Amino acid sequence: MHLKSVFDLSKALREKKVSSRELVVHFLKRIEERNPELNAFITVTQEQALKEADRADVLIARGEAGPLTGVPLAHKDLFCTLGVRTSCGSSMLDNFIAPYDATVVERCRDQGLVMVGKTNMDEFAMGSSNENSYYGPVRNPWSLDRVPGGSSGGSAAAVAARLVPLATCTDTGGSIRQPASLTGITGIKPTYGRVSRYGMIAFASSLDQGGAMGLSAADAALLLGAMAGFDERDSTSLARDQEQFTDNLEADIDGLRIGLPRQHFGEGLDPRVGACVEAAIEDYQRMGARIVEVDLENTDLSIPAYYVVAPAEASSNLARYDGVRFGHRTENPQGLEDFYKRSRSEGFGAEVKRRIMIGTYVLSAGYYDAYYLKAQQLRRIIKEDFQRAFEQADVLMGPTSPSVAFRLGEKLDDPVTMYLCDIYTNAVNLAGLPAMSIPAGFVESMPVGLHIIGNYFDEARLFNVAHRYQQVTDWHTRIPLGFE
Amino acid sequence: MDWEPVVGLELHAQLSTKSKIFSSASTAYGAAPNTQACAVDLGLPGVLPVLNAEVVRMAVKFGLAVKAKISPRSVFARKNYFYPDLPKGYQISQYELPIVDKGEVTIQIDGGSEKRIGVTRAHLEEDAGKSIHDVFPDATGIDLNRAGTPLIEIVSDPDMRSAAEAIAYMRKIHSIVRYLDICDGNMQQGSFRCDANVSVRKKGDTRLGTRTELKNLNSFRFVERAIEYEIERQIDVLESGGEVAQETRLYDPDGNETRSMRGKEEANDYRYFPDPDLLPVEVTDELVEEIRASLPELPDAKRQRFCDHYGLNAYDASNLSLSRELADYFERTVEISGATPKLCANWISGELAGALNKAALEIGQSPVTPELLGGMLKRLADETLSGKLAKQVFDAMWSGEGEADAIIEAKGLKQVTDAGEIEALVDAAIAGNPEQVAQYRAGKQKVLGFFVGQVMKASQGKANPGQVNELLKKKLGNE
Amino acid sequence: MSLNREDVLKIAHLARLGVADAEVERYADELSNILALVDRMNAVDTSAVVPMAHPLDGTQRLRPDVVKEIDQREAFQKIAPAVSDGLYLVPKVIE
Repeated sequence: MHLKSVFDLSKALREKKVSSRELVVHFLKRIEERNPELNAFITVTQEQALKEADRADVLIARGEAGPLTGVPLAHKDLFCTLGVRTSCGSSMLDNFIAPYDATVVERCRDQGLVMVGKTNMDEFAMGSSNENSYYGPVRNPWSLDRVPGGSSGGSAAAVAARLVPLATCTDTGGSIRQPASLTGITGIKPTYGRVSRYGMIAFASSLDQGGAMGLSAADAALLLGAMAGFDERDSTSLARDQEQFTDNLEADIDGLRIGLPRQHFGEGLDPRVGACVEAAIEDYQRMGARIVEVDLENTDLSIPAYYVVAPAEASSNLARYDGVRFGHRTENPQGLEDFYKRSRSEGFGAEVKRRIMIGTYVLSAGYYDAYYLKAQQLRRIIKEDFQRAFEQADVLMGPTSPSVAFRLGEKLDDPVTMYLCDIYTNAVNLAGLPAMSIPAGFVESMPVGLHIIGNYFDEARLFNVAHRYQQVTDWHTRIPLGFE
Repeated sequence: MDWEPVVGLELHAQLSTKSKIFSSASTAYGAAPNTQACAVDLGLPGVLPVLNAEVVRMAVKFGLAVKAKISPRSVFARKNYFYPDLPKGYQISQYELPIVDKGEVTIQIDGGSEKRIGVTRAHLEEDAGKSIHDVFPDATGIDLNRAGTPLIEIVSDPDMRSAAEAIAYMRKIHSIVRYLDICDGNMQQGSFRCDANVSVRKKGDTRLGTRTELKNLNSFRFVERAIEYEIERQIDVLESGGEVAQETRLYDPDGNETRSMRGKEEANDYRYFPDPDLLPVEVTDELVEEIRASLPELPDAKRQRFCDHYGLNAYDASNLSLSRELADYFERTVEISGATPKLCANWISGELAGALNKAALEIGQSPVTPELLGGMLKRLADETLSGKLAKQVFDAMWSGEGEADAIIEAKGLKQVTDAGEIEALVDAAIAGNPEQVAQYRAGKQKVLGFFVGQVMKASQGKANPGQVNELLKKKLGNE
Repeated sequence: MSLNREDVLKIAHLARLGVADAEVERYADELSNILALVDRMNAVDTSAVVPMAHPLDGTQRLRPDVVKEIDQREAFQKIAPAVSDGLYLVPKVIE
């Protein structure tokens, strides 16, 4: 049952070949059995899931079911869930039982999706390996001594190990695409503003965007369709008509112009990863796509710009964690200043503290222009690079990550090396564009991801392009050994 | 040496919206602690601000009222600092691009002359919560009901040269926000607050001296006293060869002095940056014009009209146009009484203002309505009442005894104007006081007052004093 | 740009993060390394570029002035570390 696509599960549910309760029990059992070795879940919501499954079964019986009614789902543990711990991977929020639902959580429930648990993540979504979680690292199902990527590593590992068919996730600099790539699944970060950020615990507000993970583009399209849409509680939410991302899946891609950014195939890229990506592009050519070389000249500046913008916003977004209204609070403080300092330094982990400090520094008097303003100027230049590229191409393709999954602990002591994992993904967030990662081969038995970047609001095309590839390849159906 | 004080004010006016600036929680004053602090106001993880449209309209109204340029695009920024009543660890405010750009107001100063005071800018921001220090022995309590209440901060140019000018400016802004109905102006409840920047320099200097910022000024009187005190203090410091330190000082109304907050306040680095949760605010020309067309008559225009239309002098016109309620009261009184505007103005600024002041009432709470006062002034104008009797009627109306006519009837307060009746009283007075008659006729004009008193006493105060005067002069002078 | 001990302490204080004495050097090194990465930005002249604070070029959507929230104090204070009489408690602030 866990090997079926969401399309097939949905069909089976509506044809009453399986009940939602059976399905949910099945996945809960898999989680119970297999999660201990992966550590993909922080919280499993068994009781609530069974209740929701029963409710879904009633709807199905009444014939009131939508395509996702009764399908199990996991939420990244930074989407607030009413009555359920929402930890953000942090000791700071270990005791935080959210008193409200995020818009995404509400929407998924409205579509009948059944939440089975909350997935592990790098603390406050800061990290590319999932080693920065207060709840311990997540392991990659393809090789348990390797990282699944981050920050949505728990969601990615859970989907890859078939512990859940769908998972929500977020992407601030690559946090959906890089773990999707490293675990061999499909993940999409939509255009900034597509998915409401209300109730999604902020890391860097102008970069954060919620998205979807599944085994295939078609599955991810179904989930994103449920998540996306205008929300009056998020003033950066786009007031656009609801789109059915699945409508366009089968469209012909003959004549599609694929742009290959020269800078995404240069130094730093593992040539074996590059070879997989080139093979995928040849597959596309066989389907009638045309290849154009494009320039994203300022690709290497995206990481420095990102490591100004993201920490700056984070330093301010994370100021609310002060031990007054919720979250960790120190004991026996000596006055207010000590209260703040101890509550915060006890509650936050090392990477979060580093980024808060960098962010505080780049905004501080005397440095604002040289750092923050400079980064904002680069941000525009980077956006303009993309705009020029999209004059020549319909989509851009390249590797999602310069290498396959690395070993746990390998980059932990060197933050800067870790940051370079996101060389191809950071710029997309700075520009606010939609992008996805789909499986495109293996290097030493570890998955390789193909990065597909679209123009603004072009998610439907991304799904189409990804789906057509998945119809002629079977990378996305491969299962990590032992998780069949 | 001659010193010149330089004063600039930062006024904070709470905007009288129903809901908060970035959340849909109520702004009503006086609710139980934290019952009006929603998830957004509390800064819970994951919440987002959404700007209240009415706040933008109110800011535009204010901008137009001070003849300012309205920014077509303004930006909200985060001002980062830690304090327990600031839930998010930052205040959403406007920094580089405020919604209201440079404007100005005119104040009336002593001697009836006018002075232009520049408004540097006015920007929107959210209020903080309240820290309560006196409830728990070893903890401070935090009430976040006020957090997120919309504020407009109005910053003046350093154009004022005395405490009196500062107060005149403050009253003018106070009167504008109340005319516009965008702030209730209540200083006790903190809906209208003032910080003052004060410095002094040698007369003739063009450079500004080092300034101090005065806080905790929660009434007009305190603002005036604190500035006066601070000017004196700075002059003393400078004259004794010292230097004024740039610092924040707290006004202590009990000791009537300002005290340094030094040591308790560190050099702040607010790390302002544009709030990534909020895109730029657009104010279209259409919106500006729509709001312009809906603006009420403002204090300056009203004052001018009171001079032109009612023939009031500048002093009366200024006084009566200070608040919209007072101005309306005046116009209604004129209309009802048919008396001269000057007479109405005198009674409103005199007897009525005195009574209100004594009872600590606002004009809107006056037991003597314009209808009552107008009814009485009508009787004063048609000479049914003398000034003295009118005061008795006013007192009776104040104590709720009804309309003027009824009081006059019930108390028999009608003025005696019958010439025959008055002549009889005058004759009696002359006949009964031959000695004083002789004095008067010997040239001692002052004695006339004695006779007037006699006649008024005999008439129980009801004789028309004008007629009495005239008749006495005639009769005493005749023989 | 490389940070020294004093810089680290100043930043940590602004951010209200407690840093143990033994950690200061490590922070100084790590933060300096990150800043070295960030300093690569200076390779490009951006003097003529308008800063971009946000990927959306739009303007802000406003909401009507309507009270929609109800009192949820009980639910909100259930997750609070210290409350009394409806107030959140913090160590005494000396004014």
